[in-house]
Amino acid sequence: MSEANKRRPYTPPTPELGPGQTSYTTITEKISSVVLTPHTPWQWFLVVLIGLTGVGILQVSIAWLVYEGVGVWGLNVPVGWGFAIINFVWWIGIGHAGTLISAILLLFRQKWRTSINRSAEAMTIFAVLCAGMFPMLHTGRPWLAIYWLFPYPNSMDIWPQFRSPLIWDVFAVGTYLTVSLVFWGLGLIPDFATFRDRAKHRATKVIFAMLSMGWRGSAIHWERYEMTSLMLAGLSTPLVLSVHSVVSFDFAISIIPGWHTTIFPPYFVAGAIYAGFAMVLTLMIPLRRLYGLQDFITTRHLDNMGKVMLTAGLIVAYGYFMEQFMAWYSASQYESFMMQNRMFGPYGNYYWALIICNIIVPQLLWSRRVRHSTGWLFFVSMFINVGMWLERFIIVVVSLTRDYMPSSWDMYSPTIWDWGLYIGTIGFFLFAFFLFVRGWPLIAIHEIRSVLPRGGKH
Amino acid sequence: MNESHSEPAYGLMAEFEEPEDLLSAARRTFSEGYRKIDAFSPLPIHGLAAAIGFPQTNIGVLTFIYGVIGGLTGYFLQYWVHVIDYPINIGGRPHHTGPMFIPVTFEMTILFAAVGTVISLLALNRLPQPYHPVFNAPGFERASQDRFFLCIEADDPQYDASGTRSFLQSLDPVNVAEVEP
Amino acid sequence: MTDTKLPTSQVPLVRIENAPSETAAPADKSVPGRKQLDIAQLRQRLEKQDGPSYWRSLEELSQSPEFTELLHREFPENATEWADGFSRRNFIKLMGASLAFGGLTACTIQPDEKIVPWVRAPENLIPGKPLYYASAASFGGIGTGILVESHMGRPTKVEGNPDHPSNLGSSDAVLQASILDLYDPDRAQAVTNAGHISTWGRFVQALSQHVEILRLKHGEGLRILTGAVTSPTLGRQLQTLLKALPKAGWHQYDPAHNDNAIAGSQLAFGRALDTVHDLARAKIVVSLDADFMQMGPAAVRHARDFMQRRSSAVKSGADAKSLNRLYTVEVTPSATGSVSDHRAALDSGRIEAFAAGLAQALGASMPALIRRSISETGNFEDPTGWIPALAEDLRANRGASVVMAGAQQSAEVHALAHVINNALGNVGSTVHYIDPIEVEPTDHDASLRRLVDDMNAGEVEALVILGVNPVYEAPSDVNFASALDKVDFRVQLSSHQDETSKLSHWHVPESHYLEGWSDVRSFDGTATIVQPLIQPLYNSRSAHDLLAVLGGQGGKPVLDIVKETWSNNGALGSGDFDRNWQIALHNGLVDGTRGEAQRVSLQSLSLPSEFGQPLDAEEATEVLLRPDAYLGTGRNANNGWLQETPRPITKLTWDNAALVSPITAQRLGVSNQQVLTITAAGNTLAIPAWIVPGQADGVVVVHLGYGREAAGHVGNGVGANANRIRSTGWKVAGATVAKTFDKHPLACTQDHYSMEGRHLVRHADAAHYRAHPNFAHEEAHEFPAELTLYDSYDYQAPNQGGMTIDLSACIGCNACSVACQSENNIPIVGKDEVLNAREMSWIRIDRYYTDVDDPEILHQPIPCQQCENAPCELVCPVTATSHSEEGLNDMVYNRCVGTRYCSNNCVYKVRRFNFLQYSDRETESLKLQRNPDVTVRSRGVMEKCTYCVQRINAARIDTKKSGGGAIPDGAVQTACQQACPTQAIAFGNVADPESQVSQLKATKRNYGILTELNTKPRTTYLARVNNPNPDIRS
Repeated sequence: MSEANKRRPYTPPTPELGPGQTSYTTITEKISSVVLTPHTPWQWFLVVLIGLTGVGILQVSIAWLVYEGVGVWGLNVPVGWGFAIINFVWWIGIGHAGTLISAILLLFRQKWRTSINRSAEAMTIFAVLCAGMFPMLHTGRPWLAIYWLFPYPNSMDIWPQFRSPLIWDVFAVGTYLTVSLVFWGLGLIPDFATFRDRAKHRATKVIFAMLSMGWRGSAIHWERYEMTSLMLAGLSTPLVLSVHSVVSFDFAISIIPGWHTTIFPPYFVAGAIYAGFAMVLTLMIPLRRLYGLQDFITTRHLDNMGKVMLTAGLIVAYGYFMEQFMAWYSASQYESFMMQNRMFGPYGNYYWALIICNIIVPQLLWSRRVRHSTGWLFFVSMFINVGMWLERFIIVVVSLTRDYMPSSWDMYSPTIWDWGLYIGTIGFFLFAFFLFVRGWPLIAIHEIRSVLPRGGKH
Repeated sequence: MNESHSEPAYGLMAEFEEPEDLLSAARRTFSEGYRKIDAFSPLPIHGLAAAIGFPQTNIGVLTFIYGVIGGLTGYFLQYWVHVIDYPINIGGRPHHTGPMFIPVTFEMTILFAAVGTVISLLALNRLPQPYHPVFNAPGFERASQDRFFLCIEADDPQYDASGTRSFLQSLDPVNVAEVEP
Repeated sequence: MTDTKLPTSQVPLVRIENAPSETAAPADKSVPGRKQLDIAQLRQRLEKQDGPSYWRSLEELSQSPEFTELLHREFPENATEWADGFSRRNFIKLMGASLAFGGLTACTIQPDEKIVPWVRAPENLIPGKPLYYASAASFGGIGTGILVESHMGRPTKVEGNPDHPSNLGSSDAVLQASILDLYDPDRAQAVTNAGHISTWGRFVQALSQHVEILRLKHGEGLRILTGAVTSPTLGRQLQTLLKALPKAGWHQYDPAHNDNAIAGSQLAFGRALDTVHDLARAKIVVSLDADFMQMGPAAVRHARDFMQRRSSAVKSGADAKSLNRLYTVEVTPSATGSVSDHRAALDSGRIEAFAAGLAQALGASMPALIRRSISETGNFEDPTGWIPALAEDLRANRGASVVMAGAQQSAEVHALAHVINNALGNVGSTVHYIDPIEVEPTDHDASLRRLVDDMNAGEVEALVILGVNPVYEAPSDVNFASALDKVDFRVQLSSHQDETSKLSHWHVPESHYLEGWSDVRSFDGTATIVQPLIQPLYNSRSAHDLLAVLGGQGGKPVLDIVKETWSNNGALGSGDFDRNWQIALHNGLVDGTRGEAQRVSLQSLSLPSEFGQPLDAEEATEVLLRPDAYLGTGRNANNGWLQETPRPITKLTWDNAALVSPITAQRLGVSNQQVLTITAAGNTLAIPAWIVPGQADGVVVVHLGYGREAAGHVGNGVGANANRIRSTGWKVAGATVAKTFDKHPLACTQDHYSMEGRHLVRHADAAHYRAHPNFAHEEAHEFPAELTLYDSYDYQAPNQGGMTIDLSACIGCNACSVACQSENNIPIVGKDEVLNAREMSWIRIDRYYTDVDDPEILHQPIPCQQCENAPCELVCPVTATSHSEEGLNDMVYNRCVGTRYCSNNCVYKVRRFNFLQYSDRETESLKLQRNPDVTVRSRGVMEKCTYCVQRINAARIDTKKSGGGAIPDGAVQTACQQACPTQAIAFGNVADPESQVSQLKATKRNYGILTELNTKPRTTYLARVNNPNPDIRS
């Protein structure tokens, strides 16, 4: 976003809100109406139905996996990790955009964030939930892994092994989920108060009253509230960077060529932001259309997100280049073979597909016309979603298929159960996100108030 | 004090349309010598708390303390597990491998700091609080939407029902009302 | 008469009427509606017959279609086979199911007769401490001495017997796996008559009836078919029987027969002789397509002798005087070929030419008569280009060289080998001739054909088949099945309900060699008393029982029969028999039974004109058959361990293939797994192609032993049955090869052939080694010790496990792998799982080629390297794998949650994961086989080589009891080390500089693989040194 900052003077200072939104009243009504109305658009039902189907698939896949064993997946001995870990990294990455928008942009006083941060945070939480499923399920004995990974006192003095990056994952992802939830919930309190005061039915009133914890907007409360938000933002920023660094340690700490790479932490974080913003766009563009939120999510937002993606994309591209360079510069036969194998080995075409998705296509974002057109942005972000998945596939699987012992090299081919779990989590994600849209304020009302042109002075 | 006891009301509530009006009104009220006052708004207004005489919050200090506690807990947990309680030879590494303890330590720092801060916030704000008299003020539901309120509580030493009401009227609010206790 | 007839006569009638419909259904569909018997017609038939004639049923008498149908169809309940390919889950389910009426609980008691432990016997069993008994296992009728580990009366593992000349304590994959046959849940479990469960009593009754009749005819019409017989007792029984019934006949057929060798000695010496080679004394060894280290009854001894000499010579600096040298010409790469110093891949014609050419080259030093005989056939081309140098080498080492001909080579090649050995004065030093160890050496092929002719001629009324399966094993042109149809009374004794059982009236389950008394001879004639370790698990009998019945001694204990043999035999009979008997049992061999060396005199030898015609690899294709390295000729087909053991060179499992050289594959236009059709004598065999670098061009090699239809649930339908194109001998006459466009997936455990320039197997020629003793370290760069963040861990414990593997000695025979499987309860996973690279072997043997057309073949056994800085441990989130104080990389199965991170991070990829529930926890009989000292792993758990930690612990406890301190060197032998025929593996205490392993690690050849990663492996390798002839440039 530093990129975005630099470029700001060149773009005309468009307001954060569209012309339609003139007073606190209109803002409040517009956003509350999404939730506090009996009417639900049919598209919503469609998406939720699709989501539910996915959830069904998810349940079947998990049931069969636990009943039969992890052998139902395509894993084998050189390739001990497959879809499960790829999807884990993919989802975590997607999650990062939410925290980034709500925390880092807050620190940078990026006012335009206010209209997207709420839904972005929701996205984070659901993405992290999806991600969280995989590390447990991919183990051979999930019923044990589910609690043996935590340091609980026991008579045998058996503890987790804190040198293992998998344990770091448990702590990083656990913390990340908790803090995201807290941050999100904090932001919701004043808006719940608004709903409480607008709700017609007694029941709704009571529910939102409880959720708002009796918030009354006292100046002193606001003072502390603002400070706390700032603190959480300050904490979330290093947290979000650490989480994907830790995820990258799963590979960087190991010894396998293609995994054992110092560039991984920054390059994973950039990749996460990249994927995250792509997913935000993938979700916001249809949503904006569906609920007519053009006044809140203006072309300026799209433009900025486009710029952020472009920047992140360039960092990722640099990461790819550094891998190439190191393979040559390290003069290690294993490293250079690994690169050869990535580009021209049995999975070579995946690599080139990755380059197209993550480096070639996103260059379109240099053009303002693309950044201002929802159609184009959706197109590009779709490519990035795919590209980032491919990147993880290449890192996780292709590195494993051919490591040190040529005698053990073997290929990896996923089974329907690999796909089932993946598709299932996507379904779960859609389902959860649209439930949120229906029942939660999907834009932070109290924050957006402060960007109303007149109120926005201070 | 005795008078306040005799007064049944919680206080007087003035309603404004714009944040600027509330802010100036708050400043006036404070300069008038009123101390037991509170302001309510649907969005955070910078300087409002100061205007009613509330000092800078020190919640950040708490955050720092929680963070330090979390960090120490994290590192000591690992040290105790791998060096004191049950040292095992893992891959020929020494029992105390400082660098590899950093990630967990860091995450614990953040966890403690974040959760601690939010809990403190709620505690300081006395939330959750199911009932509060100000909700009795007429039209107060708009305090969470598009109106701005200033309340002078009855147990303020300077408070006297008629005088305070006329003072509030002088701030040309939309309306002034008495708040049931 | 009628009432004696009744019980048997009832059987077919009754059974068919109320045969359970669900089992009989598939077969019954084909049964025509039964028609009423016409009694009048029967009477006529009876009147026509003269002399007392017997029949088993009115149906038989009436020759009713039902009856013939019954004989053809056989066993309603066994008739249904499993249509789907072998799937692990079926395998497990079925093994569970087929045990339903096993009733094994009472079976694990020791036999009634007293048997003698090999060690100084404790007064009574100490629970948890195994006992070892000496005995013998016989494969193809030829014995090998064994020690059997018995846990509380449960034999769990078989090892070689250190005192026994057949293996000196080593073993091979087949011997190691033979313990599994004992507990095979598919074994026949009851005497059956026409597929219906019957009793031994009824069988004896039926048999004796027939014998009585035949006795009146002096045995005319009675035939007995056995495999090769070396057992003195069995021989005695047969001979006495034949004396009693002079007109009866005894035929022998073993599909892996040694006919050519016998014929060869006939040609050379005019008499049948067995050849015994002493490779310990041989400096130059020439193999004429003889895979003498892997195949044949003497393989283990050969491998050991040859490699002992080689590795000791290499250890002492590889000086040219002591270092032995091996030349091999062969059609397809073999274990022997892979370790030879000069190897040439030749088609069978060129191999003959090579043999003759070599004889000619040595002619100058030969007796006149031989030179004449060869010169008649003119000169032979030298297909290798090294005959002159080789001849020179041989002349320089007269009396210290051996020329061996492979069992599949023609009689002439064998004869030439004899000629050359005589010419070089090897006879008496490295080559000995003894009287054949077979009781009655015969040409098996001819013997079988004689039997079949008689059967077709209707001269055979009763056929007793002892332990062989001719319906499957007989060459296709013999067509045994149809001939068998003409025999009225067919009895088969075999361990399984096999292809032949389905066509026999009576089937008697055969006892495993651990279940009954017997005796057997090994390759050099040494006899061993076979003592049972366990009561028969099922009501099985041995050939001795059956012959006793035939000889009218039914019910006589086999122990008495065996004792009878030996009490009249000089070896034990002289002096106190009981004492000698005890000693013989204790030592596991009968002293003084080794074959006497025979004096021989060569006779003139003339070679047929077509001898040594080279194959035109551009045009022609010859198809050669070979016994499979592990399945042999199919007897082991139901042994899952052997099915899943990668074949030594091809690394194929669960299938045989048409092996072709790259050039031939190109010519035929086939790629791997593409199905070929081989047509010969009207039969067609569809079999997938597999390209083998280093095979002779123009040659297609197919291994026997596959395509069983009634082997059991493991072996059924695995691979293609090469007997269908077999005729006499090992070469398929007039075979045509065509390609199809079908693919048949082949489960190969190593897809990649090249080392990719990584210094895994380090090897050099002896000359280079003498010049650069440190060559193993010069090529690869080691990890700079100062470049590490942490100081290395200092190990305090007195025992520090470590292992070295001598790559000069490893022949890639996989004995270690199967021994490990047996010791550590390693499950098999089945073809589908192997196809997905999920095999479980804890020690695998990697095989690399250096080249495509004339490759050097390198073997490298890879157990867990037990790294001191183990990458696997660092990444385990739950400490399920960590280091012991003795430097072992331990696995804690019950702590493992199965993240597989350790496996990913293992640079040697030695970790194995239970992706599914692989080990069978239901089948009772398999539970008996398990080693009680090793956990049976469950699903979702990682496992790997532990250096046989259970053996180390046992030894440590013993050491503690006897005063503590470090475990004495040699007190612990890992399973792989114990089994290794070439003693390539050394294990011991690296903390003790005197221990054998420390000594070896101190040598310059010692190196670790991938040490540049600073893993500090405890398992290291001794670089391979070959000894090519400097006069030959390859």
